[in-house]
Amino acid sequence: MLNTICCRVSLLLSAFHHRGERAIALLSILLTVIAVLPVLTVIYLAIGSAGDNWHHLLSSVLPQSVWATLQLLAGTSILILVIGVGCAWLVTMCRFPGRRLFDIALLLPLAVPTYIIAFSYVELFDYTGVIQSTLRAVMGFKTSRDYWFPEVRSMGGAIFVMGFVLYPYVYLSARASFIAQSACTLDVSRTLGASPLRLFFRVALPLARPAIAVGASLALMECLNDIGAVTFFGVKTLSFTVYDTWLNRSSLTGAAQIACVMLFVVLALIWLENHARRQQRFYQSNTSAGKALQGYTLRGVHKWLAMGFCALPILLGFGLPAILLLSRAIRRHEGLFNPALWQAAQNSLVLAIIGASCAIFVALALSYYRRTNPGPLSQFLGRLASIGYAVPGTILAVGILFPVAALDNSLANFFKLNFGISTGLILLGSGTALVYAYVVRFLAVTYGQLDSGFGKISPSLDMAAQTLGQSRFGIFRRVHVPLLSPVVSSACLLAFVECMKELPATLLLRPFNFESLATTVYTATAREAYEDAAMPALFIVLVGIIPVVMLARTTIRNYRDKTSSRSLMPSLATTRNPQMAQGQ
Amino acid sequence: MPITFDRLKTTVAFGLAAMSAGIFYHTSASAQEEVNIYSYRAPELIKPLLDAFQKETGIKSNVVFASKGLAERIKAEGENSPADVLLTVDIGRLQGAEELGVTQPLNDPEINKHIPANLRDPDGNWFGLTTRARVIYASRDRVKQDKVTYEELADPKWKGRICTRSGQHVYSIGLIASMIAHHGEDETKKWLEAVRDNLARKPTGNDRAQVKAIFAGECDIALGNTYYMGKMQTNEKDPEQKEWAASVRILFPNSDDRGSHVNISGVALAKYAPHKENAIKLMEFLASPEAQSIYAAQNFEYPVLPGAKASERVQSWGNLKPDTVAIDQIGDLRKKASQLVDIVGFDNGPAN
Repeated sequence: MLNTICCRVSLLLSAFHHRGERAIALLSILLTVIAVLPVLTVIYLAIGSAGDNWHHLLSSVLPQSVWATLQLLAGTSILILVIGVGCAWLVTMCRFPGRRLFDIALLLPLAVPTYIIAFSYVELFDYTGVIQSTLRAVMGFKTSRDYWFPEVRSMGGAIFVMGFVLYPYVYLSARASFIAQSACTLDVSRTLGASPLRLFFRVALPLARPAIAVGASLALMECLNDIGAVTFFGVKTLSFTVYDTWLNRSSLTGAAQIACVMLFVVLALIWLENHARRQQRFYQSNTSAGKALQGYTLRGVHKWLAMGFCALPILLGFGLPAILLLSRAIRRHEGLFNPALWQAAQNSLVLAIIGASCAIFVALALSYYRRTNPGPLSQFLGRLASIGYAVPGTILAVGILFPVAALDNSLANFFKLNFGISTGLILLGSGTALVYAYVVRFLAVTYGQLDSGFGKISPSLDMAAQTLGQSRFGIFRRVHVPLLSPVVSSACLLAFVECMKELPATLLLRPFNFESLATTVYTATAREAYEDAAMPALFIVLVGIIPVVMLARTTIRNYRDKTSSRSLMPSLATTRNPQMAQGQ
Repeated sequence: MPITFDRLKTTVAFGLAAMSAGIFYHTSASAQEEVNIYSYRAPELIKPLLDAFQKETGIKSNVVFASKGLAERIKAEGENSPADVLLTVDIGRLQGAEELGVTQPLNDPEINKHIPANLRDPDGNWFGLTTRARVIYASRDRVKQDKVTYEELADPKWKGRICTRSGQHVYSIGLIASMIAHHGEDETKKWLEAVRDNLARKPTGNDRAQVKAIFAGECDIALGNTYYMGKMQTNEKDPEQKEWAASVRILFPNSDDRGSHVNISGVALAKYAPHKENAIKLMEFLASPEAQSIYAAQNFEYPVLPGAKASERVQSWGNLKPDTVAIDQIGDLRKKASQLVDIVGFDNGPAN
């Protein structure tokens, strides 16, 4: 009797289990469809004829803009890789004065939107800027014809700004990866006589490659889609061509076609990078929890070099622009008491919190599905859902506009037909469309972080927990959640900062009379009144600094957790697993 | 079990979305009379006008500002679109909106009386509100002549002395389109190549940056819109801009023949305007002498209303004789102009 009851119960449980399984699969597919809808719309917009535009584009526009884009991407990747990986390695593996401080401060450029830094550098380096004015005063020059000075509005200027603004993406992922690389691997390598350089190039760097690739691809996609900074510097990239084709050649179809080609190239590159290491699986073991990494202690000239190397990007990517903004904002200090500014700050804050939370939930669902159902489908869904990042901002915003407006219209008609009330367009009128836009745009950021977070938890932990009688939910709650929490908070903060800075979708999809900090900055610059942009820009930076510092503290705490002897689940901590299982 | 968790997540997500709805959704059911504006013009520039409009009629204006995509937004929103009027800074956007089919023709005798025919759409889909002249800023110290023509910019005497913003900017495209209208495509191409080779540097920066470049001694003349002069001359917060402005004077090109090229900022009535009556009131108001004088006094633009005077400051720059070529013809030639800019590689700067 008892036996049959037990049997029934277990049958029921397994049925429920399957239902849960299917529910997650359905949810993941649904979320992916919703997230990819705007990109599909862009592809739909690209169908049709762009008139005689392609002939003109191919002969007179694209050769140059493709070349400019390649130069920009190549230059920026060199900068972000050298700065990002270099600083991450120094801060993680070396001991030198100020290391802790650098660890936090290296993330600061994340708080400043690219277009603001671009504007600051033009202000600093052009003829009437501080640098040239000082130079003239010191050297006794009268006009710009008396001396040579590099033109800041150039490809070089654009690469410089992109590099020093975007390196934190690489720094963040490389740093997380270096921290997670168990001391064992590195210790073994050192015991075998590897020099610091060899250790870096032969062991640490290859192990960190997936993480670095994720960080770099985010940074480069941002660079590829940037329109504000490149316009400022007069660099005609593909994004510039997309907007030009839409607005001056009056062909949204043609613009969408170029955007689609860009999208496919980006996807192909990501696929190549994944394909190149498809044979490898990387797991970080938790077994080294008791051991702290033995860093190299730097002395003498090395110490100073390391400090200089870490200080430079902070100074250039954050310090100088922030000082300039501050000095401009002080001139307009009465703007501080403008209620519109505080309303905009509140709007930005609320929107960014909601946007980031939604992006986290969607990413969590998709990455959890991929974790529990590894296979081509779940992997495909995750990738597909995060391609919104690879489409130029305003084009994506138009792609969001059409499906949202269609849904909005059917809602409005539904209410009109059934209840006789005219609601107007609720989604666009309420700002819900903005939240949707943020999720679509920044899912790549959150999903990338969470997926790699799940990837670092060895499946043997799940198996062990299962053997110890944990249910699925128990595994999630008692194994995944504690191990993931630093990743979740860092993904959340990163998404928050991105939402704060987001401009093109906010501008186009916002409700009436609605301003965020980013749109306030933009409306000032649209009038060519850059001075008026200083105060709201400073606000973006100030609000952005808080999560960035929190983000830095999370990674440090994560590091300390790893290096302390505290273990998460004593019963599981003894599980051993290979550091890097080849060809799983 | 996991299903519970996912349900929780979705619930929370929907809760958050609903929360955002609660925060930003302002119901339009209030008794207040309203008019909804989609604007390509910066809100600060139209605010004095909207305030005056509200004072006169009691109608409150709601504004969404964006630099691109608003016509597409009206298109996507379809019949339920809340937009009543579309304000633009350039003829191109007006025609773009017309082509997308998001405007409706308006045949209003009062507006037709106030706005000259060459600044109106023949079908009544849009009309101009202000004109902005594309003029030449010349260094007070280094340029002695008092007259200039656009054609003259191709003269080798200007070699290494001209600055301008990107050829793909709407203002540049308008000017090049007017050259095509007067001289044809081939002539304009030759002219554009010659101007390119006279440039002192690659076209970058905005109109103010060009004046700054003259101040810096990088070039002697620059193309720019007139109203930036007013903005710089009256900039109390950043007095260094007054110095830039003081280093230049304005020359009105082609004053002795066809006149200087002007572009318009304009307005169109949205196809499904829900507050059509209020929208028409607003459009009539913007064309009225009162609104036209606000434009002139506060934005340093030229009113389109014949007889309405430009502000004293604007008059102090000299007399504008506007080119009377039909503005919709300029609009039609924009694409050709944009293509010429690419073909001659104008934005790459001097070829030799």
